[in-house]
Amino acid sequence: MRHVGRRRVGWSAAFVALAVSLAFVAAGCGGSKSSKGTSTATAAGPSLPQSIGQGEGKLSMVAWEGYAQPQWVKPFEQQTGCKVARKYAGSSDEMVTLMRSGAGYDLVSASGDASLRLIAGGDIQAVNPKLIPDYANFIPALQSPPHNTVKGVHYGISLQWGPNTLLYNTKSVSPAPTSWKVLYEPTYKGKITVPDNPIQIADAALYLSKTQPDLGITDPYELNQAQFDAAVKLLKTQKPLVKKYWALASDEIDLFKNGDAVIGASWPYQTNTLAADKVPVKDMIPSEGATGWADTWMLAKGSKHPNCAYEWMKWVSTPKVQAQQAIYFGETPANTLACAEMDKLSKGSCAQYHGDAPASYFNSIKFWKTPVADCGNGKTDCLDYNAWQKAWTEIKG
Amino acid sequence: MATRAVEAGRPSGTARRRLSAALWRRPWLRAAALLLPPLGWMVVLYLASLALLFVYAFWSLDSFTGKVVHTWTLANFREIANNATYRTIAFRTIGIAALVTLTDALIAFPFAYYMARLASRRTRTLLFVLVLLPLWSSYLARIYAWRLILAHDGALNWSLSNLGLPTTGVAYTNTAMWIVFSYVWLPFMILPVYAALERIPDSYVEASRDLGAKGWTTFRRVVLPLALPGMVAGSIFTFSLTLGDYITPTLVGNTQFIGNVVYRNVLGLSHDLPFAAAYATIPLLVMGLYLTLAKRAGAFEAL
Repeated sequence: MRHVGRRRVGWSAAFVALAVSLAFVAAGCGGSKSSKGTSTATAAGPSLPQSIGQGEGKLSMVAWEGYAQPQWVKPFEQQTGCKVARKYAGSSDEMVTLMRSGAGYDLVSASGDASLRLIAGGDIQAVNPKLIPDYANFIPALQSPPHNTVKGVHYGISLQWGPNTLLYNTKSVSPAPTSWKVLYEPTYKGKITVPDNPIQIADAALYLSKTQPDLGITDPYELNQAQFDAAVKLLKTQKPLVKKYWALASDEIDLFKNGDAVIGASWPYQTNTLAADKVPVKDMIPSEGATGWADTWMLAKGSKHPNCAYEWMKWVSTPKVQAQQAIYFGETPANTLACAEMDKLSKGSCAQYHGDAPASYFNSIKFWKTPVADCGNGKTDCLDYNAWQKAWTEIKG
Repeated sequence: MATRAVEAGRPSGTARRRLSAALWRRPWLRAAALLLPPLGWMVVLYLASLALLFVYAFWSLDSFTGKVVHTWTLANFREIANNATYRTIAFRTIGIAALVTLTDALIAFPFAYYMARLASRRTRTLLFVLVLLPLWSSYLARIYAWRLILAHDGALNWSLSNLGLPTTGVAYTNTAMWIVFSYVWLPFMILPVYAALERIPDSYVEASRDLGAKGWTTFRRVVLPLALPGMVAGSIFTFSLTLGDYITPTLVGNTQFIGNVVYRNVLGLSHDLPFAAAYATIPLLVMGLYLTLAKRAGAFEAL
């Protein structure tokens, strides 16, 4: 008798719990709907600051590995009193997620495949380039590039740019590679590493645009179904050759250091770090060309430390800091005056990192951008990033 | 009682006494006061999010607007069932979780048996410390340590080549995942098995011998059945912890687990929460089934 009674209490308690939790679900849905409505309504014209005010003492940022090094963060903190908290991210997807996480980041060093997403998502506010004196010294292509300037409104200050490279161990890989082919052929099976990133499909597409011209690939980020399928197929044949899909630059560094990989798709940052550790590595841009990145410091909507953020954008645009970062990461500064500073820090580094290269070099790199259905040629049958992500899951298996 | 409180003459004391009297007179009030905070926590944070997960799994994402469509559909589950990749990933996750559980059970049993029934008190304490010590360090640090051990030029291959043995290419494979998972969750198997073995009275073993059973028969028919609930209890930990992990596959493996797919769907631009929710119900269903079977095996009495 008592047993039955207790049991009944248990059941009714369970029912109450379920009912309450469902009520929370319903409340949550209602809440999210209404908040969505307001966020779209406030996409009005920007009102830009005309001067940089007193710093707020703090600045938190999401950045690529190596973008906020003590060499240039420490002097900044001393000069401005803005204490920097940095969070390094390994992919554009991660950056977008972090900026939307509500953790209160002020700045993000977004690449071209993240910047437009952030602008479209209303996560970023417009900035006034007039407050950045060095802006006038930027190469023309990076003053109002389409990846951070929409309808004449600047959503950030360009930073640095560079190509994705082919990295190899000079002891184990001989003869030296000349083509991306080495990553798709079994010569170095089980010793290959490529980024764990859906945007890698563009690398395969770039390779196919040269090796299979009948596919008609002109832009590796604008792929119709047939072109996309060909790229995915190529990457699926690559999968058994890959030792590890690396998620962070430091992962790839570990792989090369420990001998698990001898060749792979990389950034110049890994080459520099490995060379500093006396690992025999070299990088190069294969004959098919390269994908690459052009990064922008972007200011979060609702940032609590906008003055410190402007101070930072001003600071990292100066020739000396541009040069320091360019040499540290192995990329090309946006500021043309940085070339002389680079040679001062390390002789020949300006030419090494293409700081003095003509505009044609800039134009030869296929910069990361977010794939969208609009192919840019009047057709809308291209595969969007959603499809790229799903395909990447299937490629990795 | 009320009069006595008035005599004491302290208003705050009176209120306190009245409260304690009320609580004494109504046991349900006492129970409610004790249980409400943890239960409220549980309902709001745990059950509500679980309910939300289930509801989301039956919604879908409009790929054009990127918004969640609030109409019931089985599309997510159909995609999981029809797509070979998602099936492979689910089976891989469950398979490795099962393998890790089996491995841990095989390693843990002799260890726990020695600890519970053979070791001296001092040795037992020492072994306890050894089992629990790794749990004091970060899970991530231990996984990174394994990465260094299993790497091509790591400690494992260094030892093998110094012994004149062929080196292995085990780094970043499913085998590496199996090794690391088995290591990480081993304490969670040893402890319940130890508890079950320790509870077996010596008299049972003696009785078995008195009745003419040899050592092996005693082990098979007395010790093992009594230790089984402990092993099942331990397997609940090792199995569910492996099933839900997505960090070890990222760091020491090169293939995806269910958790990795969920993570990419939540993290990605598409932000396909309905699909992530649908995929996340697979480990929930598997665990539900497993717990039902474990309950039948009497595992919950050994916890």
